[in-house]
Amino acid sequence: MNVTRGFTGRPRVPNAALPPGQYDAGDDWPVLSAEVTPELAPADWSFRIDGLVERPRSWSWEQAHELPESSYEGDIHCVTSWSKFGVRFGGVSLDAFLSVVRPHVSATHVVAYSHTGYTANLPLADVTGGRAWIAWEYDGRPLAPEHGGPARLLVPHLYFWKSAKWIAGLRILDHDEPGFWEGNGYHARGNPWEEQRYSGD
Amino acid sequence: MTELAVVGVPFAPPTRFAVPGRIAVGEQDAAVWRTATLTAIRRETADVVTVRLAVPGWAGHLPGQHLMLRLTAGDGYAAQRHYSIASAPDASEHIELTVDHVEGGEVSGWFHTVAAPGDTVEVRGPVSGFFAWPGDRPALLVGGGSGVVPLMSMVRHHRARRLDVPLRLLVSARGPEELIYAREYGAETTPVFTRSAPDGVAVGRMAAAHVAPLLAEQPAGGWEAYVCGSNGFAEHASRLLVAAGQPVHRIRIERFG
Ligand SMILES: Cc1cc2nc3c(=O)[nH]c(=O)nc-3n(C[C@H](O)[C@H](O)[C@H](O)COP(=O)(O)OP(=O)(O)OC[C@H]3O[C@@H](n4cnc5c(N)ncnc54)[C@H](O)[C@@H]3O)c2cc1C
Repeated sequence: MNVTRGFTGRPRVPNAALPPGQYDAGDDWPVLSAEVTPELAPADWSFRIDGLVERPRSWSWEQAHELPESSYEGDIHCVTSWSKFGVRFGGVSLDAFLSVVRPHVSATHVVAYSHTGYTANLPLADVTGGRAWIAWEYDGRPLAPEHGGPARLLVPHLYFWKSAKWIAGLRILDHDEPGFWEGNGYHARGNPWEEQRYSGD
Repeated sequence: MTELAVVGVPFAPPTRFAVPGRIAVGEQDAAVWRTATLTAIRRETADVVTVRLAVPGWAGHLPGQHLMLRLTAGDGYAAQRHYSIASAPDASEHIELTVDHVEGGEVSGWFHTVAAPGDTVEVRGPVSGFFAWPGDRPALLVGGGSGVVPLMSMVRHHRARRLDVPLRLLVSARGPEELIYAREYGAETTPVFTRSAPDGVAVGRMAAAHVAPLLAEQPAGGWEAYVCGSNGFAEHASRLLVAAGQPVHRIRIERFG
């Protein structure tokens, strides 16, 4: 251990829900996107799943809203070290979309991509089984543009850069392909509980 | 099964903007925590200091990159934050960081109230090639407050290497006494003062009138724009650039959160 002289830090608040190296940002919700926030109206939004699937398809805003509603209440963790507790997102479970397109048995990974061109790669297993959503509401209100509105991917058990803002689609693959940050030195999976921040962690 | 396999070129989304990273990032360098020793602390403004660090084994960086810095307390509690690298790359195994004193801030507070030459901290990096500027393309830099830090590394690099690729800096500060690196700016820089300004200089938020002349003098190949600051500043400045005609896929944004 490399103790810093004179550094005491904040009072320790034992919190088993805080992954290693993270702090509680409280009411703050920092914005860290690397691109210009797009002006994207719900009418111009669409979501597509293709690649290794039986029936590729696209959904408009209205069509996506016809799927069964599902919400997430819990915590989110950003690789820049803040975590946010007790957030509420509303949308549709990704399982509902995937059951329509039916991924092929050889499928192992997905690349999620945004209407801005941002990409993030994820193992298929991390976005199935009730662990991922297409979210368009935050705290009962429409999701703000700077937080990814009209709709973003939500994969709360991984670092939040995986939860692509302004989600446009998923490409289903039989191999892993680095996304935007992953190609810039960040970890391929990004599990906050194992502190997988950078490639090599 | 083979007819379904997706092979060959990596997937590129069918969307209008896809910004590649500027450089490949050394995975080894980003993975290792190195001990850094403070060799000097320099006051920039009332709330901002620059610290010089000796980092044996530092592999070098490109202007615009940042690092992760960690402070550890006696009981093992650690706080880690990102800081942009202010110095231009050189072979000295020294780097400089410029730290704004955030009210109640754990890490910036330590730098401003405790840190002294001889102290050690830990750093890993450099990380993220996205905001890096190797000095290859004309660069239009727009910074607010401490957001000028990674941009200053670019300005210093431009000078140190006597690059002739065009470079302009638009920097926003509340007033002249809060302008970081004030004595270092040259003809490439236009300061914008939001609360108070020297005689004869306008006071006000960065506006279309500041951006328009820079976009009017388009260099060959166009500007690569680098915007850095708080999220509020980054949103405002990036919208000004888009409105003035800068293509969205040539705007890189570093938000300090
Ligand atoms: C890519 C990147 C590059 C950056 N580069 C720079 C740079 O070059 N220079 C620079 O100065 N900054 C930079 N930053 C910002 C820097 O990382 C820190 O966020 C900043 O220094 C504040 O950290 P801190 O520990 O001092 O404050 P924190 O302790 O994180 O506090 C920040 C604010 O939150 C409040 N707060 C947080 N947690 C609690 C709590 N538990 N209880 C009560 N209040 C709390 C504090 O009161 C304060 O107002 C950069 C950020 C990023 C993402």
